[in-house]
Parts: sequence; C-alpha cells; structure tokens
Amino acid sequence: MIEFRMPSLGADMESGFLREWRVKPGDPIKRGDIIAEVETQKGIIEIEVFDEGTIGELLIKIDEKVPVGALMAYIIANGTSPEPSKPKLIDEKKETEQGRTRDRIPAPRIPIHTVKASPLAKRIALEKGIDITKLKGSGPNGAITRQDVEKASTGEGEMTAEKAKPAASAASIRLAVAAAMSKSNREIPHYYLSTKIDMSRALGWLTDANKQRSVKDRLLPVVLLLKAVAKALVTVPDLNAWWQDGLQRKTEIHIGFVVALRTGGIIVPAIHDAANKTLDDLMKSLTDIIPRARALRLRSSELADSTITVTNLGEEGVETVFGVIYPPQVALVGFGGIQEQPWAEKGMLDVRPVLTATLAADHRATDGSTGTQFLTALKNFLQNPEQL
Amino acid sequence: MTEEEIKRVLIKLLKRIAPDTEPEGLKPEDNIRQVLGIDSFDYLQFIVGCDEEFHIQTPEEDYGKIASFKELIPYVSIRMKK
Repeated sequence: MIEFRMPSLGADMESGFLREWRVKPGDPIKRGDIIAEVETQKGIIEIEVFDEGTIGELLIKIDEKVPVGALMAYIIANGTSPEPSKPKLIDEKKETEQGRTRDRIPAPRIPIHTVKASPLAKRIALEKGIDITKLKGSGPNGAITRQDVEKASTGEGEMTAEKAKPAASAASIRLAVAAAMSKSNREIPHYYLSTKIDMSRALGWLTDANKQRSVKDRLLPVVLLLKAVAKALVTVPDLNAWWQDGLQRKTEIHIGFVVALRTGGIIVPAIHDAANKTLDDLMKSLTDIIPRARALRLRSSELADSTITVTNLGEEGVETVFGVIYPPQVALVGFGGIQEQPWAEKGMLDVRPVLTATLAADHRATDGSTGTQFLTALKNFLQNPEQL
Repeated sequence: MTEEEIKRVLIKLLKRIAPDTEPEGLKPEDNIRQVLGIDSFDYLQFIVGCDEEFHIQTPEEDYGKIASFKELIPYVSIRMKK
C-alpha cells in the first residue's frame, strides 16, 4: 500500500479544504491523474497522484481541512495485494467517504469563466447542472457564491454551507502572497545583479519566425526569455535549486512564471521541464496555463514544483525589476520592458531595443560570481536566438 | 457586417478574454490594452479571436495600427471585404 499524502502547494500554503474526490475505492489510477480537488487561498487546486495502482481507501471527508502532509488515501500499487500489510492509522480519520464519493466529472466545456462567480460556485453549478449565467449573485459586486448555487439547486440540502470557507478571493490571494514574501524577506539574504541586453537580433529573429506562423501559433517575446533562462540554467545549475537544509540542486528545470491577476495579486504556476521544451511548446504551455491561473484552476504540481521564478514586468513600462525570491527557491529572474536606448558598440553609437535583465539570488546558496555567469549565459542566448 | 455589429463582436471577444473588465465603456479613441489592462498574451488571444470571428488575417506588423476601436473597426471592415 502506498500512503498518499496532501502535497505541498508552495511555501505559502499550509492547508486546504477537500471539496471533492474525483476517484472512489477500486478505481485504477496512473501517474498524473487528478484524484481530488482541494480549495485553498489560491483557488481550487486539482490534486495529482504520481503512483500507479488502484485506489484503496479514501481517508478525508468532503469539506474537511487537509494540512499539507496529511494522509489522504491509500493506493494499492500494481501487482500487490491490499491485505497483508494493513497499515496502522495513527490519528488520521478512518472513515471512508463511501456515500459521497462521486463518479469522475468531465472537464467543464461551457465557457462559464465569463460569469462573475467564485471558482467553487462554478464547480458546484457544473456538478449539479445549473446554468450559472441565469443566477443572481449575492456576493460582492453581484458575484455568484456557493450559497446562491446551492439555493438554486432546489434543496438537495446535505451540503454544509456554514462549514464552508469562502472561495479564493483577491483578499485570500493577497494573504498568500504576503505570507510567502514575508518569509522570503525574513529568511533569504538577497543579492541583486543586472545586465542590459541588445534585443535587436532576437526581435528580428522573432518577426521572421512569426511571419511563417498562423496567428494562433505566433510566439511572444516572453517565450524567448523563458527558453534563454532555461538554457542558461543548464550551464549554471546552482541557481536551479531549493534551499532546504543546504543547497539542493534540481535536475529538471520548472520555471515559475508570474501571472498577474486583474483583481490584484499574483499566481506563479510552474512551466514544467522548460529546458526540454521547444519555443512552440513553451508558447502552448503559456496558452494553457495563463487562463487557468487567472481562473484559479491549477494543478498541485504546478503550484509546488517551480525551481526558479521568472517575472516579466516589461509591459507595465518599467525598466528594471528587483525581485523577491519565492522560497524555497534560490533565484528569481526579472525582465523589464524592451526600450529603445543609445547603445555603444565597437566605438560606434547606435539606437537599439534594449532589455534589462536582473537576477535576485539567495546569498546563502550562491555568490555574485555564479549570478554573473548566469546573466552572461542568458545574454549570450538572447543575442544568438537561433541557439534557442 | 455593419460597424455597429463589428463593435458588438469585439466587445464580446474582449469580455471573453478579460471577463472582469468593461469593454462596453470604451470610448472610440481609448487605447484598448491600456484602458482594460490587457497584457500581450491576452491581446494575442484577442487578435486570434478577431481572425476567427471575422475570417481575416492580421499580420503582426499591424498590431500597432489597431490600438483603439476607432482604428480597429474600420480595419476589420476593410479586411472583411478583401
């Protein structure tokens, strides 16, 4: 039997509330399957498994609080019998949720994200087959709440609305960001480096590349930046790491990409294995992940796996970003806007599109020379875009 | 399609991409991206949506010419006739 525990959802989250089991005992599962939905400060997170086998027992009840690390379920590994090694329960709840586990629910197909409603309200409406666009909201600015949906569902009544925590809001996301950034500022001795990069070749390369693409497949400059960061990390792996009782280098490069929410706050989903993705793959990842981040519908691995963070504030018109590292990572790369600037080279003065790239790094983990190597590698890749 | 109809479709597209904004309130001269706070990613989705809805092709070099409704609506109208 494999013990399945609530995964970490990033440094700023200690627990969530189980809102749904997507599996029931006896269901076969494979790596990457979503088995549960947990509501957190950052929306409803889809909890993935990383084992193969069959669901044995579900140990947490719907609406129960689930701390990170809590035993959630037993999984029977393929080829083993559930009987001989009945594990000892310590203080976790024993009861299974027989009566309330539900069948797998298909992914939402109707574009309900255009409706002002909490993620939870949308999910419940989908489950119960209620047209959320027809509801009148009682929440802030007329937003539709879980209660509104439940009232509309004609007294199925066994849901415990008063026990429910309110769905993720701008305020709860603010608190999550505050917790992570306070921890960072308290514990991480940051150092900062910056460099200016002539982007004329990269932008020229991108214009040519986009001429051969349909509108849907066009690349944004940010994918060049992401790929260059990933490739520079391959050459300077000490920055692709976590600081947990010392430096722990990570073999795969998962870039946490900062997505600003229009209602305030940020969400930082991971773009998995960025070094092995092509520019087109990275663009596809962004197209998938940005709308889900804004809708607060991410998967557990996307919130927990990042090995470095990239923030791109160029569009806001700033030149230089002095970032705050997201613990337990040890580095954050910031990009300002690409702006025309005077540029001296080989004794000549010219005007070039210039990007300022900054590195905020953890001085416990690395020193300025490592940071310099990284920024130099980053610059080289962006000046030779055909290598990306 | 009349200019009024094009505008209605554009508003619908903007609503879909940025549900928490109010494109109905845009004045003809307003810079759409600046006023609604739309980033380059969302703007690309908007252009993709325009191309699909109006069956037009918008080359990248034209992005800068279609910043407001005043520019965008005639742009779409002319392209649809081509």
